[in-house]
Order: sequence, then C-alpha cells, then structure tokens
Amino acid sequence: MTSIHTNATDWLQQLASGECTSREITQLYLDQINQHDSTIQAFLQVDGEAALEQADRIDQRRQAGQPIGRLAGLPVAVKDILCSLDQPTTCGSRQLENFRPPYDATVIARLKQEDAVLIGRTNMDEFAMGSSTENSAFQPTRNPWDTDRIPGGSSGGAAACIAAGMAPLSIGTDTGGSIRQPAALCGVSGMKPTYGRVSRYGLVAFASSLDQVGPLAGSVEDLALLMEVLAGHDPLDSTSAPVDVPAYRDTVRQPLEGLRIGWVPEQFSSGLDPEIEAAVRESIRLYQSLGASVEEISLPHAQYGIATYYIIAPCEASGNLARYDGVHYGYRTNEQAMLAELQEQRAAVEDGQAPETPLVRMYRKTRSEGFGSEVKRRIMLGTYALSKGYYDAYYLKAMKVRRLIRQDYDQAFQNVDILLGPVTASPAFRFGEKTDDPLAMYLEDLYTVTANLAGIAGISIPCGFTSNSLPIGLQLQAPPFQEERLLRAAHMFQQATDWHLRRPELS
Amino acid sequence: MSLSRQDVEKISLLARLQLTPEELATMTDQLSQIVEYVDQLSELETEDVEPMAHAAEIFNVFAEDKSRPSLDRDEALKNAPKRDDECYRVPAVLGE
Repeated sequence: MTSIHTNATDWLQQLASGECTSREITQLYLDQINQHDSTIQAFLQVDGEAALEQADRIDQRRQAGQPIGRLAGLPVAVKDILCSLDQPTTCGSRQLENFRPPYDATVIARLKQEDAVLIGRTNMDEFAMGSSTENSAFQPTRNPWDTDRIPGGSSGGAAACIAAGMAPLSIGTDTGGSIRQPAALCGVSGMKPTYGRVSRYGLVAFASSLDQVGPLAGSVEDLALLMEVLAGHDPLDSTSAPVDVPAYRDTVRQPLEGLRIGWVPEQFSSGLDPEIEAAVRESIRLYQSLGASVEEISLPHAQYGIATYYIIAPCEASGNLARYDGVHYGYRTNEQAMLAELQEQRAAVEDGQAPETPLVRMYRKTRSEGFGSEVKRRIMLGTYALSKGYYDAYYLKAMKVRRLIRQDYDQAFQNVDILLGPVTASPAFRFGEKTDDPLAMYLEDLYTVTANLAGIAGISIPCGFTSNSLPIGLQLQAPPFQEERLLRAAHMFQQATDWHLRRPELS
Repeated sequence: MSLSRQDVEKISLLARLQLTPEELATMTDQLSQIVEYVDQLSELETEDVEPMAHAAEIFNVFAEDKSRPSLDRDEALKNAPKRDDECYRVPAVLGE
C-alpha cells in the first residue's frame, strides 16, 4: 500500500496488478476524511458505507475477470452541483437543502459507467457564486495549507479535498475561474475545458453560456485520465460539441516539440503579487529550457474582462435562478406566517388592498429566505442590467465586448500555441478579508474570466510557493478543443518540477 | 451611475425578492459601486461589433421529433413543497 497522495494513474496500475484493492484505497481516503475533515470541511456529504459497497462490487468484478470501466475502483469526489439520482444535491444553498434529483447528470452517469467510487459531495459557494467558498450556506472550507485562509472558490471543497489527500480525483465547475482559482490557491492541478467539451446536462445552472465542468487532481496525468471520461458529445445537452475526444491519458506523456508560448505583459503590470510574478517568470524560463519559444502577446480587451463578466454572468443567473420559486422543488416559506403578514399589512392600509398577491408574496419570501446575500446581489444586478432602458447599455454592450475579448484570443493563437500567465493576483487570503467588499472579491477572477467569456480551455498547475508557504498557480490557456495540447504542455512542466508533489501537513 | 433606494426596491420586486431595510441600504451602495465599475465598458467603441451571446456558436440543434419516456408524475412531484395527487399547490394567484 502507498500513501493518500498516490497518483490516481498509479493506483490504477496497483489495482490492475492486484497489489491493492478498491476497498483498501477507498478506506484509506475515508480514514483521512474522518481524521481531518472536521477541520478542513471540504465535504458536505460522505457516505462511507455506500462507497465501500461500490468498491467491493468492483473488486469482485475485477477478480472474476469481468469487464470494468476506465476509473474502476478509484474514489472520485463530486462538487455538490451535479445532480445525482436520489442523493442530496444542495448547490451550497438552503434553497436546495432537501432536494433529491430524479435523475443523474451526464457527468455522474459517466463516472458510474466507468466504475468510479463516488466518495462524497464537496462544498462550494452557493450556486457557484464566489471565490472563497465562504458563501456556502452550510460551512466554510479551510485551505489545507493554512487553515486561517480560504481555499478559493467556488470549487473550494473540490480543490481542498485533493490537497488534503481525501480523494485522488475530483470534479469541479468553472464559470469565471471556479476550478482554476481554487486549484491555484490549494496547490493542485485543475482544468476548465472548452465550453461545450463536457456535458452540462444535470449541472445546476448558474450562467449557461459560461458554465463548464472539469477535473481537479494531484497531477496533470490524472487530469488527463479523468478528462477522457468527462469529455464528449451528449445528445441531452444541445450546447455540447460533437468533437472527437483524443485518448488524453496516452497522449499526455508526449512532450510538445517546438512549443510556442505567449505571455501577456499587461498581466504583470499592476497589482500582481511580486512572489507570484517571480514564480510565473521562472516558469517561462523553465519552458525555454525545455525548448519552447516565448513571445509577448497583447490581449488589449482583457482588462475589460471583469466588467463584461459581471454583466453577463448575473444576467444569465437572474434568469436561471428564477426557477427557485418555492413551487416545484426546494425551499418554500412558511405559508401561514406569510398569509398572516399580508393580512396585517392589509389591515394597516386604508383601502384594505394587499400590496401584492399571496402568490407573489410567497415567491418573494421564499427567495429572500432561501438565498444568501451574494446570490441575491447577483440576481439583483442581472435583473437591473436586463430591465427596461438598461439592456442596450449593459447586456448588449457586454456581449459586444465579449466578442472583442474572443477576437484578441483568436489573434493571439495565430502566433502562439498556448498562453502562459498567473491564475490569481495574490495567494489565498484570510477568512472575512473580502466579504464586505464584493468588487474586491470579483477582481479575484481577473486572469481567469476571459477564458470563460471566450469559451477557450484553461488549466492551473502549481508553480511555486510564497515565503509563507502558500501555493502559487500557473495558468496555461489554449484555443477551443485543444485540451490535449494543454495537458501535454502542463505535463512537460510537471516532469521538470516537483511543485505539484508537495502536500500540506495537516495537524 | 448610482442607483437610488427606489430603483433597488423596484428591482427587488422584478426579481421577486423581498429585502429588509438594512439589505436595501447595503444593496443600494453595493450595486451602485458595481454598476459604476462596469460602466467602464462605455469607453469602448463597439458600434460595428457583432454581439456574442454564446461561446459555442452552434446553431439550430434539432432533436428528432419523436416522443420518448419522461419522468412520471409522481417522480416529478416528489420534491414539491406542497402537492396533491396530481398537481403542485400554490397560494392564491389573483388575491382572494
């Protein structure tokens, strides 16, 4: 047996050779969760018994020589935003606290199909809105490198559970940086695939033109393993792309010859933490030593990324979250109390007219009680930007700037194969540091949102540590559907460095 | 551009939210601050730019016009906060 930080790819070899069983592996991670998750709080749900039963079933099939899937016996943690048949799927919200989906998301179905052991559901910012996981209605997740600090978000639990050795593989989602930013702040690897690469069927929608599911793991090799299962066309998601999926786990080991890397000087100009800047510049030199050529690239509209994103994402969210009305599923306000309140208000006015109908009041109270403050803020922002008289100035304008951002990338990728830069401007911050300043929190996504707006692929891998031992992430971006190129380039980096092998000591 | 408290109250009705007086005050400040920030887009000339509504510009994805099984009624009603045998139940729609 080896340690909790064993590569998923290595686990598969050990399973195949009979050195260990899925039950042993699953038990190892469950023990780690039992021992440390009361502190880290990466998981919202862990069903150890069900996981061990699933592990046993796969072990038996393996021993009997029956066909098994590509992830057979490997524990996988899933962000609590993907519908799982009859299992809690809370999205980090009171609104969905007691919701049990009547079907599996395609991603969940694929994991089951490939015989993964679904070990637990990870914590997140409510409806994936946030960059610190502090917006979870249930608990904050702590950064395993420094438990006084946030793990990033919104896939904070997904990244923290990998760093803390509680699962070898995990699934996150990324709408503006929600896989890459927590991966960077927790010192693990994470990829946001091209929009359309992975099915969104059964993914609780936040901003439908930006949301994308992707893998997090301890190494790029493991990302490749998981991507091969996640990626591919799904007839149930009409925005999923009918594009062939390469055999990522085979090709990931092939280095890229003559790799042309672009870096964006604007990203190094202001506000970037000097230690992060130094680590990213060092990464550029490393690629040069591996034979890559490097050139400066300009993305002139990237500076408008946050403004564009914080119009488009809230607009889409305000529509998507209209469904949480207390009628079909999820939370509903206490009806008796709501009717009594209306009655009282009617008695207080002269004409005896209620300010609104019982139905509208039910909607309003349900939503106000069920949503946290960040979700309300974004719904309000989106409703405002789409309201009469403002549509052209905000939503239409943002859609036009989105096109300019995409065109910058298209132009850049005519000259270089990948773009390299920081993931975040600063390392993990302390709890509460940005909660009263939404705009400061939004600026966390500065380097990541443009990939979502443009719909391209991006990856975050560890590239160093600050002087107080906080992880630093390196972002690589590639044109649409070039995940293979990203994985290969990132694997080259991990072959030459050991940043991704470092793990925090948990007390 | 800054928002007034009345603007925010009106938006809260459109958004089907009910904000407390404290929330209204905070929301007015915060939304104003965010709107002021996003107003920077107005400095860009975009007259001739085609809006981009979606990252994957896939058009006209049609499904075959064929019936297939869907959730049965009981499954669909399973998560309802309030239901009877065949319907969702809601408070009065048109007042009383």
